[in-house]
Amino acid sequence: MMDDLKLKSNPGVNLKTEAVNLYYGRFQALRGITISIPHRSITAIIGPSGCGKSTLLRIFNRMNDLIPGVRVEGKVELDGASIYEKNTDVVALRKKVGMVFQKPNPFPMSVLDNIAFGPRQHGVKRAAELEGIVEQSLRQVGLWEEVKDILMQPALSLSAGQQQLLCIARVLAVGPEVILMDEPCSALDPDATLRIEDLMRDLAQDYTIVIVTHNMEQAARISDMSAFIMMEEDKAGVLVEYSPTAQLFSNPKDKRTDDYITGRFG
Amino acid sequence: MKSFNEKFAEVVFLIIAFSALSVLALITVFIFIEGLPIIARVGIFNFVFGMTWSPSHGEFGIFPMVIGSVAVTLGAAILGVPVALCCSIFLAEFAPAKISNLIRPAIQLLAGIPSVVYGFWGLVFIVPIIRNYLGGPGLSILAGSVILAIMILPTVISISEVSLLSLPRLYKEGAFALGATHWQTIRSVLMPAAKSGIVAGIILGIGRAIGETMAVIMVLGNAVAIPLSILDPARTLTTSIGIEMGYASGEHREALFATGIVLLIIIMILNSIAQYAARKR
Ligand SMILES: Nc1ncnc2c1ncn2[C@@H]1O[C@H](COP(=O)(O)OP(=O)(O)OP(=O)(O)O)[C@@H](O)[C@H]1O
Ligand SMILES: [Mg+2]
Repeated sequence: MMDDLKLKSNPGVNLKTEAVNLYYGRFQALRGITISIPHRSITAIIGPSGCGKSTLLRIFNRMNDLIPGVRVEGKVELDGASIYEKNTDVVALRKKVGMVFQKPNPFPMSVLDNIAFGPRQHGVKRAAELEGIVEQSLRQVGLWEEVKDILMQPALSLSAGQQQLLCIARVLAVGPEVILMDEPCSALDPDATLRIEDLMRDLAQDYTIVIVTHNMEQAARISDMSAFIMMEEDKAGVLVEYSPTAQLFSNPKDKRTDDYITGRFG
Repeated sequence: MKSFNEKFAEVVFLIIAFSALSVLALITVFIFIEGLPIIARVGIFNFVFGMTWSPSHGEFGIFPMVIGSVAVTLGAAILGVPVALCCSIFLAEFAPAKISNLIRPAIQLLAGIPSVVYGFWGLVFIVPIIRNYLGGPGLSILAGSVILAIMILPTVISISEVSLLSLPRLYKEGAFALGATHWQTIRSVLMPAAKSGIVAGIILGIGRAIGETMAVIMVLGNAVAIPLSILDPARTLTTSIGIEMGYASGEHREALFATGIVLLIIIMILNSIAQYAARKR
């Protein structure tokens, strides 16, 4: 279906899955997902509610491991190395593949402690070094000027948009390669949404971003590649089409994609 | 418009609720009426910090009992709280549903055992062990602390577990997604986030320990002297009342009620701290 697009062991490929099936207990949530996500770009995952977008995203940092009874079949690779091996270092994987959630989830601690959380857990102890990381990460998301005087205040006192930016900064502080975002703007107002979209375009210079979104305009606006996922009869999600965004939205190859983006269902 | 029936039910419930409240008020007023005169006569300072308790000679100093209560309760907290916290973390974070569904009711059962049974068990089991292996009479602060530590477990465990379980899932996911291990997540995110609830649980447990009477009467030795080691016998505020109320009269009886006032105030303070801690989020 999309073999022509499969970037075979191309050095430009950051994340790759091959024939991945995922089961929640007996229920199959994903079937035969094969996708190659290029370096330093934005890839959008779209599809109707419950089709398995979040599930696919959470395969890349193995967050599904937290759910009892989850089984993953097939191959998932980061930089050419399989991440579902027995000896895979999940902590190292999650340092490389960060995640931003649908609802901003700063910890109930200060702004500074939130950003410093990751580096601290990974062994950075010197205050000067931590402060450096905190400033740098906050600058990267454009939040430094707003919060530099309230670093010691609870992060939960920030606005929702600021909280989400803080969560992105918290991920950057760990030094990732890939940032997974699961509907990062769905709890935000339009201004905050724009701010995050702009930031994503900036970050895509240095990071690989995979974003799940319900908002098709958003996908069309910001992403380089788009993946359309849909449920089959048995509710298992399959990858219907994966193309450069411009092509997927203007000239979809699959009839089902066309129906979805023109709003005929979902 | 509310129907008559509804109105009627409302009033009945109001009356019942108020009668519960008025019983509390009645008890409080009664204790104060009975106890205040002696405090006024002896002086609050001499009463609370007086070293000698000798009702037949007209000396009413409850300081040895204050020390006894504080020592036994502190001991119970030191022994019981770490165990309770480990237990609640295990239940909330590690135990598979099958195991936690077994452990949880078992712990609740601990709360249902009558305190006299705890005391009896302590007397025939804990006290001899202390006497044989650590020395002293066995009837001691340590014995009381061990028994109370067990008795406060259900309170502290269930409140801590509930506060851990009621944290948003997103805290845990956020920490895991940053590469934190399960232990790092518990230590650096979950415990601090649940701190207020956990503190409230600990304080309620301590309040329970301070108020306990029957179990400690049986294992504490009840000597009216300031204990010098945890192997010495001691007497608490509650046991003092429990032992002497049966035969006390006159000033002696008043002094026991006054002891009750001190106890009531301590427990009220502890409960307010617990409520304050629980509300602070
Ligand atoms: N923990 C779980 N246990 C069992 N089934 C689950 C679990 N999480 C998700 N599912 C099921 O897997 C399917 C895919 O869920 P997923 O959350 O990935 O969908 P989604 O595309 O992200 O949906 P949404 O647009 O609503 O966020 C759904 O049918 C869902 O009910
Ligand atoms: Mg989702």
